[in-house]
Amino acid sequence: MGKTTAEKIFAGHLVDEPFPGAKVLRLDVVMCHEITTPIAIADLVARGKDRVFDPKKIKAVIDHVTPSKDSKTATQAKILRDWARRQSIPDFFDVGANGVCHALFPEKGFIRPGYTIIMGDSHTCTHGAFGAFAAGVGTTDLEVGILKGVCAFREPKTIRINLNGALPKGVYAKDVILHVISRLGVNGATDRVMEFRGPVVDAMTMESRMTLTNMAIEAGGTSGICMPDRVTVEYLWPFIQGEFPSKEAAVDEYRKWWSDEDAVYDKVFDFDVSELEPLVTFGYKPDQVKTVTEMAGTPVDQVYLGSCTNGRLEDLRVAAGMLKGRKIAPTVRAILSPATPKIFQDALKEGLIEIFMEAGFCVTNPTCGACLGMSTGVLAEGEVCAATTNRNFQGRMGKGGMVHLLSPASSAAAAIEGKIADPRKYLP
Amino acid sequence: MKTFGGPVLFLDRDDINTDEIIPARYLTEITKQDLKPYILEDLKLAGFDPKGDTTKQARVIVTRANFGCGSSREHAPWVLEVNGITVVVAESFARIFRQNMFNCGMAAIELPKPVIDTLFSFQGCADATVSLDLAGQTLTIRGSGREESFSFEIAPFDKALVLAGGWVDYADTKY
Ligand code: SF4
Repeated sequence: MGKTTAEKIFAGHLVDEPFPGAKVLRLDVVMCHEITTPIAIADLVARGKDRVFDPKKIKAVIDHVTPSKDSKTATQAKILRDWARRQSIPDFFDVGANGVCHALFPEKGFIRPGYTIIMGDSHTCTHGAFGAFAAGVGTTDLEVGILKGVCAFREPKTIRINLNGALPKGVYAKDVILHVISRLGVNGATDRVMEFRGPVVDAMTMESRMTLTNMAIEAGGTSGICMPDRVTVEYLWPFIQGEFPSKEAAVDEYRKWWSDEDAVYDKVFDFDVSELEPLVTFGYKPDQVKTVTEMAGTPVDQVYLGSCTNGRLEDLRVAAGMLKGRKIAPTVRAILSPATPKIFQDALKEGLIEIFMEAGFCVTNPTCGACLGMSTGVLAEGEVCAATTNRNFQGRMGKGGMVHLLSPASSAAAAIEGKIADPRKYLP
Repeated sequence: MKTFGGPVLFLDRDDINTDEIIPARYLTEITKQDLKPYILEDLKLAGFDPKGDTTKQARVIVTRANFGCGSSREHAPWVLEVNGITVVVAESFARIFRQNMFNCGMAAIELPKPVIDTLFSFQGCADATVSLDLAGQTLTIRGSGREESFSFEIAPFDKALVLAGGWVDYADTKY
C-alpha cells in the first residue's frame, strides 16, 4: 500500500510512539515570533532550562507588531531579541530585516521538501507548499520543540483536493482556496492534511501555492501540502544549488516525497476552477463565501493589502496593474503592507510602490499589523474592511469591526470604488 | 493533576474561535494571570455576558462543534484556566486548541451530538454542575434534581498528559 507525502514524512521523522496513535516527530525547523514565544522562554527560564535543542534549526522574527507600538509590545520584542542573542540563534530578524514570518522564512530558503516544521502560529501550514509537513502549535508544543526538537501529533489522514481546469481571468489562488473552504466548511479538514493537486496547482507559482496552503487551517487542516516539483526547485535553487549537480537532479530527488499513486486518502475532492468567479466572504467565518458580483456595492471603509496570505510580490503586481493611473475612492482608506523587506524593495524597483502611492495608498513597513488588529490599520467599531488576509472573525481587525476576505485584485477594485466590486473590469 | 468539575457555562454555538475566547489585542500580556478579565470578551451570544456571574463561577464549559478554531494562541486555554475553567465539553474541537488543552494538563472532552443535546437540556438549571471521573472516563451532569451520566473516550496519550500535568513535564522526562 502506498503512502501519502505526510505519511512518508511521519515515517522518516518518528522518534517515539508512546501510545498507539501518538507520534513524536523529530523537527527540522522550529519557528518563533514575539507573540507566542516569550511565555515559552519565560517558562524555560523558570524551569532552569534556558537552552535550545539546536540554534541553527530555530528561526525567529519579530513580525506581529513591529516596530513596537507601546511598552508591552516592546517588552515582547525585547524578550525574543535577548533570547535569540543569548542562544546565538543565527537566523533572527529584527526591525529593518523583519517581515511576516510565513513570507519571510520561505524567502530565506529555510524550508525544504520532506521537512517537519512547527511554529506557535496557526498559519504555519503555509510552508507545506514546499512538500513539507508544517503545523501550527501552541506555546507548550513550541516550548518542547525549542528545548527538545520534537513534537507529538496524531498522524493526520490526508484529504486530496484535485484542482482541474484553468483559472479564468480575474480569478486567483485566493478565490480557489475560498471556494474550497466554502465546500469543506471551517472544520471539514480537522485532523487532516489538505493535499493540493492537479493541473491548476502545477501551473501555479510558489507564491500562489503558499496562498492555497496558508488557508488550510481555515478549514481546520493540520497542514496544506503541494508536491515538490520543478517550480519548487526553481524557487529554492539559490539555496540548494550546492547540493545538486543540476535542477533535474533536485527534481528527481524531491520526487521521493510525492504521494504514491496507490496512496490511501481519507477523501478526494475534484474541483473544476474554469467557471469560478472572484469570491469574497460575507460573514464572520471563512467558509461564508459569495461571488463579488453578488456582493458588489457593499461599502467598505478600509482596504488592506498584505499578510502571509497575499502580501507577496505577485499580489502587489496584480493590484498595481489595476491601480495604475487610477485613484482610490474618496470614502475609503487603503493600506499596503508588503510582507517582507525584499518584497518591498522589489516593488520599489518595479515602480509598484509609486503606483500605490499615486493612487492614494498608505504603504507601511512589513508587519502583520492590522491583519490581527494590533497596529497599522485597526478598525473602529462598526467599520468594514476589504482585506487580502485570511480571517474574518468578529473583531479580528479591531473590536466591532467586520472583514471581507478577498483576492489582491478584488482588493484593488474595492479601493477604486470604495465598495466590493468586480476586479475584472479594471484588469489591463 | 488539576481538579475537574463544577458549575457549567453553556455556550450554545458551533465554531467559537480563539479570537472570541481571547482577542488578539490582549496577546501583549506577558503573564497568564493578566489575561483574566478578558475571557470571552468578543463572544456575541444571546443571553451571554462575559463579565457575568455565570462566567465567573464556571468551572466547566459545555459547547457545540469545532470549539477553539482559528488562531493557535495558547492564551485561549490559559484565559480559561486563570478563570478556574479546566474542562471543556464539546461535540468536537479544533486540533490546536484541543492539543493546547491537554498540553496544559486540562481536559477537552468530546461527546456525540445527542449527548451534547442532553447536556444542553440542563441549560435552564441555575445549579447545573458537571463532574468528571477521568480514571473511569465518565462525566456526570446534575441540575434541578436531575442527574445523567455518560462515558467518554479519551486518547491514552492525552490522558497521560493530563495525569502528568502537561506536555513539558512529560517530554522533559522522556526525550
Ligand atoms: S499576517 Fe496575519 S495571519 Fe499571517 S502570521 Fe501575521 S497575523 Fe497571522
